[in-house]
Amino acid sequence: MKFLTLPGRRWLWPSIALVVILLTNLLLSPGFFSVRIVDDHLYGSLIDILHRGTPLAFVALGMAVVIATGGIDLSVGAIIAICGATMAVLLKGAGLSPALVLPIVLLVGLACGLWNGLLVAFLDIQPIVATLILMVAGRGIAQMITDGQIVTFHSDFFSLIGSGFFLGLPVRVLVVIGFAILLALLLRRTALGLFLESVGGNAAASRLAGIEARWIRLAAYAVSGICSALAGIVLTADIKGADANNAGLWLELDAILAVVIGGAALKGGRFALGLTLIGVLVIQSLTTSILVSGLPSQYTLVVKAIVVLAVLFLQSPRLQRLRSK
Amino acid sequence: MSVPILTASGIAKSFPGVRALDGVDLQLFPGEVHALLGENGAGKSTLIKVLTGIYRRDGGDMRLDGETIDPLSAREAQDLGISTVYQEVNLVPTLTVTENLTLERQPRRFGFIDWGAARRQAEAMLKPLGLDIDVSRPLGSYSIAIQQLVAIARALHGDVKVLILDEPTASLDSKEVGVLFDVLRGLKARGIAIVFVTHFLDQVYAISDRITVLRNGTQVGSHLAADLPRLDLVSLMLGKAAEALPHIARDQKQPAPRVPVLEVKGIGKKHMLDEVDISAAKGEIVGLAGLLGSGRSETVKLIFGAERADKGSLALHGVPVSIRSPRHAIHLGLAFCPEDRKHEGIVGELSVRENIILALQAKRGWRKRIRRAEQIRFADEMILALGIRTPDREKPVGQLSGGNQQKVILARWLITQPQLLLLDEPTRGIDVGAHAEIMRLIRRLCDDGMAMVMVSSELEEITAVADRVVVLRDRRRVAELERSDVSQPAIIKAIAQ
Repeated sequence: MKFLTLPGRRWLWPSIALVVILLTNLLLSPGFFSVRIVDDHLYGSLIDILHRGTPLAFVALGMAVVIATGGIDLSVGAIIAICGATMAVLLKGAGLSPALVLPIVLLVGLACGLWNGLLVAFLDIQPIVATLILMVAGRGIAQMITDGQIVTFHSDFFSLIGSGFFLGLPVRVLVVIGFAILLALLLRRTALGLFLESVGGNAAASRLAGIEARWIRLAAYAVSGICSALAGIVLTADIKGADANNAGLWLELDAILAVVIGGAALKGGRFALGLTLIGVLVIQSLTTSILVSGLPSQYTLVVKAIVVLAVLFLQSPRLQRLRSK
Repeated sequence: MSVPILTASGIAKSFPGVRALDGVDLQLFPGEVHALLGENGAGKSTLIKVLTGIYRRDGGDMRLDGETIDPLSAREAQDLGISTVYQEVNLVPTLTVTENLTLERQPRRFGFIDWGAARRQAEAMLKPLGLDIDVSRPLGSYSIAIQQLVAIARALHGDVKVLILDEPTASLDSKEVGVLFDVLRGLKARGIAIVFVTHFLDQVYAISDRITVLRNGTQVGSHLAADLPRLDLVSLMLGKAAEALPHIARDQKQPAPRVPVLEVKGIGKKHMLDEVDISAAKGEIVGLAGLLGSGRSETVKLIFGAERADKGSLALHGVPVSIRSPRHAIHLGLAFCPEDRKHEGIVGELSVRENIILALQAKRGWRKRIRRAEQIRFADEMILALGIRTPDREKPVGQLSGGNQQKVILARWLITQPQLLLLDEPTRGIDVGAHAEIMRLIRRLCDDGMAMVMVSSELEEITAVADRVVVLRDRRRVAELERSDVSQPAIIKAIAQ
């Protein structure tokens, strides 16, 4: 693999994994790659993967930022539930306009993220424990907000975000692409990205170099909170209702996997948003293709686990060393 | 003198790239306290680990009561009668004293632990040490001194012939040290040979019968304590310069007027540093000398705000300031190269370029990102100016050699244009060639007007560049030598006085 530069090499295995999964689908169901136009909308399995992968993409982007600092955020699913519940109740009960609901929900997500960040960065609680608190409490809070009911609503604006199309493409996919670009600009056009990687790589050295590691950590969890709010908005808008029990359930695990498949180390350091999105596509196309292939649903999780293991095995430093010998 | 209990001769031990022990001899006699001394990296810990079976020796011979032994684990060494108490008390603070003392060997009745018998056993173990405490309380509820004694009691279980104490007094106050020494005298009377590792010279002379000094993995002397004056001991520990570095003289065409940059009065922090005065003027290199544990690193850390001082005052350019954090210090024009390069200096995963601009970027704030072209210019300039040997500026710093990593950290600080540079062991683990290069670089920087405080355990290094030397001992300042008085014997004398 000498012909590839170091950054190029990082893209190799996640991309190959994605291509292999997609090609396998082509063998299993020949119509997999066909994209039809129905009512000016694009339809097909590929579009479906993008569409369904949107919430995971939001959450995984935030997770990538948190993992870069050497932390982890287990509460993303719970934040999705809280934000979904807030959104539904404000739209239905309070009858607020979407223009007001959207910023409020984002602020709720931000507040959840700041809470996590406070526990981790300023009270020095281990990230896995600190975010576990909100993971456990979050769904309860969401149920308190909805009073234990499934609250449904109608809003043209949110329907557009959840399931609308623009120029033939799902709006939510366009939103996540736009958000990813914004986030990348925020992290790479300022020094935030460098500071995140520096704190994750060596927190003590970063402090002595004058970086306020605590504020950087706080910012990472805040970003993750906003990402989860966006995922919550999309999920809630899609089903036009808030399901405090199931919205975003276990999404944190898929998000962590997506980041890891993207080549990030859980101990912190380098991160790449683009690679994380490739990781998201790997996970989502795997999930979708198992469904499409007609495999009994009880196999889904096992097959997923095996493929993820294979990708991680190919990336493992030990194997890379063996190969380079 | 009687027959030695333990004789180790020609002990050798290597790790990849390092010869940690090279033909070390050690003889322990029954009923003696034997002090094992040496600076960082001298091989004390390695020797102890070989004696206690944690490492296996590569060469040499070890005899206990005349029979060759080859322990393969700490357990095996303990069964032979060689017990160790490590610096960090390796007991469980949340368990009770009884549980700690009887762990892994609880008395049993019908397969269940007999707690009554266990308690009696624990009390019996503490009794010879004169310790009468409630053994049912958690160990953590007692002072460090008592925990240390409990650890010793545990180590003394069974037929112990050799007891090794690794810096047992590091976190004890003088009264607690007295209690510990009383216990040691009791053990001596029982014929146990005690190996005492410490860096407090007063304690060495207070309790030990014999002294063995290690330096760079070899044994440089073994004497009766009474026959080894303090001055000779310090000389043995620090070593004489095999080939003294040429003095890198200060550019003294016109003696510039002295412009003070840093003035520190009585800086200190509980359990860290007592009270140290130090000052540095423009263009001046102030050396900070002393033995390991004398408070050298602590002094510069307190100045930089890496740890917050709880007493003393500090003034920069005559203006009193209270430095809250490293970030604050950097804004005031300070820079600090820490001793532990790997853990506190470099971010190994990031590139040479990113490591070089890190402090400047932090100084400017996250919103004002240094443009890539400018980053590249800084990095290339510094790679050239300091002679950093790297294939390119994007190489992860963790993959460079120690000397080049040190230069990257120097570069990181130089581009912030500091007025005061604090260097802690700038040449640790660096090969000879890079060593001289870095020393010349340091001299040049100061000729350009920077003030510098340099901590070093290498006397040659200090005498080669320092304009003035502050000598520390036991966490306080004991002497200050002006340029004309700076010499290795003078520093050694100041440490030993």
